[in-house]
Amino acid sequence: METQHSLDTRNLLCPLPVIRTQNLVKTLNPGETVEVVGTDPGIMNDIPAWCRINGHEVLESTTIENEYFVCLKVGD
Amino acid sequence: MNKTPKAIALISGGLDSLLAAKIIQEQGVTVEGINFFTGFCVEGHTHAIRKKDQNKSKRNNALWVAEQLNIPLHLVDIIEEYKDIVINPKHGYGANLNPCLDCKIFMVSKALEWIECSDYEFDFIVTGEVIGQRPMSQRKETMPVIAEQSGANDRLLRPLCAKNLPETLPERMGWVDRDQLFDFSGRNRKPQMALARQFGFDDYAQPAGGCCFLTDQNYATKLADLWQARGEKTYELDDIMLLKVGRHIRPKPHFKLIVAREEGENRFLQGYKKQFTSMQPVSHGGPLTLLDGVPTDDDLKLAAQITARYSQGRDADSVTVEVIMNGQSSELHVSPLPAQDVMSEWMI
Ligand code: SF4
Repeated sequence: METQHSLDTRNLLCPLPVIRTQNLVKTLNPGETVEVVGTDPGIMNDIPAWCRINGHEVLESTTIENEYFVCLKVGD
Repeated sequence: MNKTPKAIALISGGLDSLLAAKIIQEQGVTVEGINFFTGFCVEGHTHAIRKKDQNKSKRNNALWVAEQLNIPLHLVDIIEEYKDIVINPKHGYGANLNPCLDCKIFMVSKALEWIECSDYEFDFIVTGEVIGQRPMSQRKETMPVIAEQSGANDRLLRPLCAKNLPETLPERMGWVDRDQLFDFSGRNRKPQMALARQFGFDDYAQPAGGCCFLTDQNYATKLADLWQARGEKTYELDDIMLLKVGRHIRPKPHFKLIVAREEGENRFLQGYKKQFTSMQPVSHGGPLTLLDGVPTDDDLKLAAQITARYSQGRDADSVTVEVIMNGQSSELHVSPLPAQDVMSEWMI
């Protein structure tokens, strides 16, 4: 899906993709969207959990071959 | 003080830090969590890589704890700063390469930086330490050492064993009631488990041995080997990630092989092909191998024979192995090394 920002965390292992997502989201405004792509299947659990804790919304998560995509919307 | 007191709790993802934060939260204190990523933390890493482990829970336990407590969690990358703790621990190592006491002091001092940052308005630090729980860092004598050397002093509260320790600032200020804190000690986990039941927690993580790979003997041996081969105690994040993956074989002092054990590791090691000489059988199914070091032609041949040994062509007369070195691809036709010629002392 179309997002305003994208973050490539391929070949990083959790929790680094979550830390990178956190650090990017800190610089964004509420309502902005980000697509995170990674190769660690852990992101399919960890990024949604991180979003729940911090009030962000997961818009979509998909797997294409061995890559994992999570799209999120920054919360207030 | 009119505002609600606010604590920052070190959340490792284990039961003790979960309980410690919960005890303080129950006393009406606002709690936020902080989790430090050193690069050595035992999380989903190897689970994520190895196919056989893919069905295991891949949840991040610190995030899970924060969700249970309904608190924000600050994830902090301390990989660079932590190197000095691993390489030069003032208080030495534990049973393996775990510098637990220095590590605890460092983490509390990092949490203290958050207290000192006016943006957050934290008043004190909470940890899940228990006297006597761990032989190196959690002893009666080390508790004041951590408090003093981190600079936190009486702003450090350990709710699980506070009654065995001197009164701290949050107790003196009346932010928390000492009577509702605990006096746990020793390695017995039953009191924590009972408290977990009381709070309605189940399914919490129970890490065996420690919260990071530095307590793992096999891992520590590989790290010590890396340092010895380099002639100095240094590492980068990629080095310590790669120590978690594959068979590590050092046939000669000046080079080491990392041989993938299965498909998931093959895929993970693919990401490192640009940084290392790599090889993989092409005539038969077989592992991707990374070669760390500067090999001679004879070394390359031996490495290819070892790679062939772990391929489906292990019983064939000849296996063709593609070698990629400095971006150039070539092929070697080798006989797989017989099992008896793979020396046990090569295996790290
Ligand atoms: S086990 Fe690892 S993370 Fe835990 S205190 Fe020791 S060195 Fe630090």
